[in-house]
Amino acid sequence: MEKFQTLTSTCVPLPIENVDTDQIIPARFLKATTREGFGNNLFADWRYDKSGQPINNFVLNNPTYSGQVLVAGKNFGSGSSREHAAWALAGYGFKVVVSSFFADIFKGNALNNGVLPVVVSDVFLLELFAAIQVDPTTTITVNLEQQTICNNASGVVETFEINPYKKECLLHGLDDIDYLLSKKEAIEAWEKVH
Amino acid sequence: MTKRTLFDKIWDAHVVTAVPNGPTQLYIDRHYCHEVTSPQAFDGLRKRGLKVFRPEKTTLSPDHNIPTLLQDQPIKDLISKHQVDTLTRNANEFGLTMYGLGHSKNGIIHVIGPENGLTLPGMTIVCGDSHTSTHGAFGSIAFGIGTSEVEMVLASQCILQPRPKTMRITFNGKLKSGVTAKDLALYMISQLTTGGATGYFVEYAGEAIRALSMEERMTVCNLSIEMGARGGMIAPDETTFAYMKGREFVPKEEAWDKALAYWKTLPTDEGAMFDREITFDASAIEPMITYGTNPGMGISIHSSIPKLEEIDPAGRISFEKAMTYMGFTPGEKIEGKSIDYVFLGSCTNGRIEDFRAFTSFVKGKKKAEHVIAWLVPGSWAVEKQIRAEGLDKILEEAGFALRQPGCSACLAMNDDKVPAGKYAVSTSNRNFEGRQGPGARTLLAGPLVAAAAAITGKITDPRQ
Ligand code: SF4
Repeated sequence: MEKFQTLTSTCVPLPIENVDTDQIIPARFLKATTREGFGNNLFADWRYDKSGQPINNFVLNNPTYSGQVLVAGKNFGSGSSREHAAWALAGYGFKVVVSSFFADIFKGNALNNGVLPVVVSDVFLLELFAAIQVDPTTTITVNLEQQTICNNASGVVETFEINPYKKECLLHGLDDIDYLLSKKEAIEAWEKVH
Repeated sequence: MTKRTLFDKIWDAHVVTAVPNGPTQLYIDRHYCHEVTSPQAFDGLRKRGLKVFRPEKTTLSPDHNIPTLLQDQPIKDLISKHQVDTLTRNANEFGLTMYGLGHSKNGIIHVIGPENGLTLPGMTIVCGDSHTSTHGAFGSIAFGIGTSEVEMVLASQCILQPRPKTMRITFNGKLKSGVTAKDLALYMISQLTTGGATGYFVEYAGEAIRALSMEERMTVCNLSIEMGARGGMIAPDETTFAYMKGREFVPKEEAWDKALAYWKTLPTDEGAMFDREITFDASAIEPMITYGTNPGMGISIHSSIPKLEEIDPAGRISFEKAMTYMGFTPGEKIEGKSIDYVFLGSCTNGRIEDFRAFTSFVKGKKKAEHVIAWLVPGSWAVEKQIRAEGLDKILEEAGFALRQPGCSACLAMNDDKVPAGKYAVSTSNRNFEGRQGPGARTLLAGPLVAAAAAITGKITDPRQ
């Protein structure tokens, strides 16, 4: 996994609530047996029409907006547990998703793939959407060590929560399997008494 | 002694270590696996040169991506075939038990686990599928995981999990006749919204829950994820034990007695604390149906779709988007709307009781001519039971045909896709945009509402 420390980037706004993982990556794209290539189908049904042509008014097809940060409405990533949703976001090039609320499984999947979900207050989110609308070159800065996110248009800074263990993993680019494999003895000891 | 909940007792018994300042390392008793979320996990093992740590604790069944007709022939869609073949190859290479296509135990993984006695009270159970919560009906901690976590379980029989908060949802009173467990669950989700239980593990309790059969309890626990919960569970009782007794992988003789004694210690202690408690009156619940594009957008069948003013301002963009997608007008009635497809099946409502309920309604009636109905048993065991009880004959006389088991139109990865713009009354669990096919419009409901819709061709109260 890649290390994550700080990121300053413009944002792609998606002011829709309850974006579920079926929208992030529709089921018919789940037939692949590798992790690669999902970025091309990120938000496929909102991004392309039936004949495969880009739908102009969808934000990913709008050249005004770009960046490594997706800013989305409340309850992002609900529904299916498919990790493909995190692969699609990572594959497209997103490193951070900002929302006021994330579904549990999605949050875990994102963290396991080097995509940082940043939970901000409703007010921060609304102001960020507004700032991006006024000026699409608005940037945010995320500092993982400090656990802060800054709306660089207004200078407003918020702190965000992250599990300390997950933070260490991301900062150093380590994953959970490395950790679990180092605990074999404890696992065998547990099995003996159960 | 401290009072503990059902959840606390099982969780505590499975803690291997706690990562300082981090998640818990939890031992997993049972791991289910299907073809869609596992190939990258097996690849990960190969890359690291690892074996499966405890192969006897993992069971595989292809279900998501398989056809529901002509399963004895090679799968026509080559990409799907490759995915199913990959599961077989992984099962062989890593020495795992798999109930493949054509096997009498094949079916949707959440249907076959309980059916064969692989799911037991007190267990920790995971699967790369969010509806793993189904197994909580037996009094187990069961939840969905991502592919990276599938790899963790294969490699170490453990996963790392932060301890969720606990919530108890109590249903007092009795369900009215003609109201199903699915209606109860859709009602609950409509009240709590799709994110209302995020971060929590839910225990369902109360008179109405105790009165449910195991099949119905599975329906309720299955839908826990649709309000964001990590999982849902119901304390084991005589109903649970009676269901399990004699099933193939359930402990036998002395082992059964010992297990039973343990299972009886599991229910939540009187006075144990939950982080949140919610109470509903079960007798107030009516047959439910969804009108929008998430499972929280449900109403009783006689109600009207909310008006725009009734929606929280922050949610109005999503609400209007849903209305456009569904082709509905805010404030209008849902009853009497014409529908095109009916889907009976999935891990939510693809069990024998669902087929009994559906059949009891359509018996002696005729399917509406314009309706296309897909009746898909959750497993081959369910299919066999349908035939043993002669339900297939009754269905046939009413104009219905059975398909072969699988996830089918629940997520439409195979050919069972509802065409764009068409309305489907579906007993599955998700009405997201495109879930049942690009542009498909899904109305979630229970088996009785689905049966009534199949007969009248319209959204109809099954009690009329
Ligand atoms: S029936 Fe539907 S929800 Fe259940 S496991 Fe299959 S695809 Fe998932």
